[in-house]
This record gives sequence, structure tokens and C-alpha cells, in this order.
Amino acid sequence: MKIVVALKQVPSRDSALRVPPGESWIDESDLTYEINEPDAYALEAGLQLKEQHGGEVVVVCAGPEGAASSIREALAKGADRAVHIEDDTLHQADSLGLGTLLAAAIRAEAPDLVLTGLQSDDLGSGQTGVVVAELLGLPSATIIMAVEVLDGAIRVKRELEDGWFQHVTLPLPAVLTIQSGINKLRYATLMGIKKAKTKELRAVSADDLGGLPAAQVACEKVYLPGRGKQTQLLEGDAKTAATALADKLKFEVRVI
Amino acid sequence: MSVLVVLEQSNGAFHRMGWEAIVAAKEFGLPVSVATIGPAGDAASKDVAKVYAIEHADLAAYSADGYTSALEQLIRATNPEYVVFPHTYQVRDFAPKLATRFGKVFISDVVKLTKTTAVRQLFQGKLNADYALPASGPRFLSIQAGAFRGDQLGAGTPAVEPFAVQISGIRVKAEAPFRESSRAVDLTAADIIVSVGRGIKEQENIAMVEELAAALGGEIAASRPICDNGWLPMERQVGSSGQTVAPKVYIAVGISGAIQHQVGMKGSKCIVAINKDADAPIFEVADYGIVGDLFDVVPALTEAVKKLKG
Repeated sequence: MKIVVALKQVPSRDSALRVPPGESWIDESDLTYEINEPDAYALEAGLQLKEQHGGEVVVVCAGPEGAASSIREALAKGADRAVHIEDDTLHQADSLGLGTLLAAAIRAEAPDLVLTGLQSDDLGSGQTGVVVAELLGLPSATIIMAVEVLDGAIRVKRELEDGWFQHVTLPLPAVLTIQSGINKLRYATLMGIKKAKTKELRAVSADDLGGLPAAQVACEKVYLPGRGKQTQLLEGDAKTAATALADKLKFEVRVI
Repeated sequence: MSVLVVLEQSNGAFHRMGWEAIVAAKEFGLPVSVATIGPAGDAASKDVAKVYAIEHADLAAYSADGYTSALEQLIRATNPEYVVFPHTYQVRDFAPKLATRFGKVFISDVVKLTKTTAVRQLFQGKLNADYALPASGPRFLSIQAGAFRGDQLGAGTPAVEPFAVQISGIRVKAEAPFRESSRAVDLTAADIIVSVGRGIKEQENIAMVEELAAALGGEIAASRPICDNGWLPMERQVGSSGQTVAPKVYIAVGISGAIQHQVGMKGSKCIVAINKDADAPIFEVADYGIVGDLFDVVPALTEAVKKLKG
């Protein structure tokens, strides 16, 4: 089975995000980056399917030059090769524009299965996989918690809301968006890291893929959200703050 | 010029987020019609211009292919300027497909609207972003749970118009939905919930939070990563994929407060946040907050509570 895993590099989860005064985007100069967490689970799902059923795992990643470090990490974990859609203007793309580039790169691979995370930790649009599926004319299923390979089809467990699940069966080729927690992530081994250096990492430009479509939706500015509530912060060392909080719970919230 | 809101129902019960989406859609200042897949039901008694009831045997069970095809036909026939959805799991499964079929961008999980701008949350709720809406319609948007007040939707007597569709080519076969755990724990009945997140770092540290819950006489709950790791059972998960709770007090320990968690608890009467990161989104909804190391604060709070209880 040939599996494409689409993954994105995002600022590390604990990044302190600053929007410089007068700027419309965050200061990226001292951020560290990582593989988007749901995409890491998608990669792991792809690697496990390959181990069970044979085949190949190809990583497709759209991002600036620096995204190569995340691609190398994916190769070190066991992906066979990678395509890097290298472009420094992707932050201006909207979800349809990005989906168009990814779909073009994935179409050229003609995979049996496309996996990606259900959403990105930075923009959180939660739609790339479904957009790509539609552009490729493939069936899709989202928020997947388990994948079972049948003959020419897959049976997957979709997460619904409020603790409900559902099994659905899709003919291959198909696109799945993977939920965090579907499996246990592996670490790259030293051997894997060494091997990754010799694996194919092919850079392509947006123009190679037919060009990045003009954005329909423009992000005008980002800013810290206003607080919905006035939070009363309890100050002091841990003991002082905790004692003050316990008093609030007793005398104001009246739950003690 | 009109707005179409697509409602969601299962077994005749409408998803409450659909009413919120209608309230949001009214921001555009245009007549709002709604589409139901299935009978018009409760939608026929709401303050909307018209109800398009789409009924077809092949739409009885949800499928992305079937829903996309049906709504594509309705949108082509009625030409709405805006198509608004509740941002449910089901909508996430098909709305991007529908918008893409029109060559349009789907603007998802919107928390605030004007006629020309949609506000979305980025970085798990740490930042807001203003997006200029596309110049031409149909513009596809979904509305975050709880961002608008569904109870502001008044009563009405809209015309109900059956809309006939042709459905073919459904590729995904769905089985009946099921629940995994028997829900032995009903968090919705608890007055006090102490909830734990990633900040707890190790499974063995959960005990510290359990002691606080016990001292308060409350239930312990968790954000998704804790349950994914198997540190607490899934049935104790609060958030969009877990339970939605509204206790008298909700104490979030080491929980950053990503959107998916907040939708499950922001209705709590009082929210307390204990987190080392003063910029964590949880503080946006907290009534009381302690910015500090939970490994110092939680034992101190347990002690203080025990002392007050004598």
C-alpha cells in the first residue's frame, strides 16, 4: 500500500507568541518548531499500516525552507521519502490555495491512502484533508481513531461528539484525517536519524505544481483575545494564593 | 440576497449549535433561511424567513457525499450570499468538501462576525485573527459552539418548502453509531469538578489532583491528552469529544484551555485556573486564577481546603 502522509511544521506547543506593535502577524524570529501533533499521529498511523501491510510511506509537506527539519524527523521515524513544497509565501495562502498545492503534489504520487492530522495547532482550520480529498475526487472520513485494511477498502472508526463513535467503510484510494491519541508515537532511533540523511527529500516549488492560487480570504491582523471575564488573580507564593483561593471557594462561591 | 443556515439533526432532535448559527447569521442583516436534512421539525417554529426541508431516503444516514451533493443542489438553486454552519464534527466532515466544490474557501470555527469580517482563534485560542470575507458569494462559514446565544432566537412561522434532490454516488458506507463506555461517571451531575491537563506531566502526579478533588468532595476530570494517555478513563474527559459540564465550580489544573476543551466547560458557574503560563487561554474564561507551579499550588490548596472544612 502506498501511503502519503501530509504534515505541517508548526511553532512548538509551548511557544510564547508575541505580536509586535503595529504588526499583523506574530514575531517568528525566536520560535522553535515541531511537527503538528495530529500530523505526527497520522505519520505513526501510516508507519504502522506499512509495517502490517507493506508498501511505502511518502511525506508531503508544504512550508518554508525551515520545514525541512520536520521532514527529516519524519524520515528518521521511518518514512521512505519526502516531497517538500518549498515556498516562503504560504502564510498568505488560504486553506483552498494550500489544499490545491498539496493535492497537485499528492496526485503525482497516485497513493492508495492519504493521511493527515485532523487540524493544525497553529491555524486550526481543520479542513486540509477534506479539501484535498475533494480536489482529488476521493472519498474522505475525518477524526479517525482506528484504521482496518480490507480488500480494496478500509474500515475506520470515526469519532463523533459526546463520546459516540461510528465505523465507516471507504473504497481505496481515500483520504483520512487522524485524531490525536490514535496510537503511541515512536521516537526516531539513532539508526533512523542516520538513515534519514540518505533518503530522498525532493523540493518542488509552487510553480512546479501549477502555482499557488490567489487567496480569497486574507488575515488582516492577529491580536491577543480580550478576556471574556474579569479574572481575579490571586497573588503571592503558592501557600498564600492557595489559602486566598480556598477562602473565595468558601465565602464567595460557597462550595466548601 | 439571503443567508442560508444548514441545521443538523439526528433522530429528529436538532443540534443546539444550529440555533446559535442562525443567531450568528443574522449579523449579516439579510433574510435568513435554513436547510434541514430530514423533516423541518422544530425549525418550522423559529424566527427565520424560510425552511428548506431536504428529504431523501439516501440521506437518512449521514454521508459526506450525500450531504454535499444535496446542499450543492440547494445552493445552486437559491444562490445565497452566505452559507453558515454550526462547527460540529459532522460539519467538519463535509463542509470543506462542499465549499471546495464551489471553488470557495470554508472559513471555519468563527467566534465573531461583522458584514465583512470573521474572527477566528489561532494557536489553540492563544490569539484571535480578523479575516476579511471574500468579495463574492457564496461565502461558507462555520460558527464555534457557544460563540452566539441560541436562546436569542425568537419564534416564528416560516414557510416550509420541501426541496427535492437527486442523490447518487455515495462512496462511504456508515454503520450505526455506538458508545464505548457505559458512562458510569456522570460528570454533568457534579457540583465541583477538578480537572487536570498536560501540565501534570506524569501519570503518578494525578494522585495529587485526586486528593484535591477528594478534599473538596468533587469529581476528577481531565482534558483530552490525559485520557489519550490512559492516565484517566475516557469517561472523565471534558470537551468537544467528551462531556459538556456546567458545575458550580470548575477547577482547571495545568489545562491551557484549547478551544476543544473550553466548549465542554465554559458554561460552569465559576471557573478557577491554576497554570504556570499567564497567557494560557484558560485565563480568558476564568473567574479566579493562580499563575504558578501547580506542583506547589495544588498541595497547598488541598491543605487550605482541609483546614477550612475542619
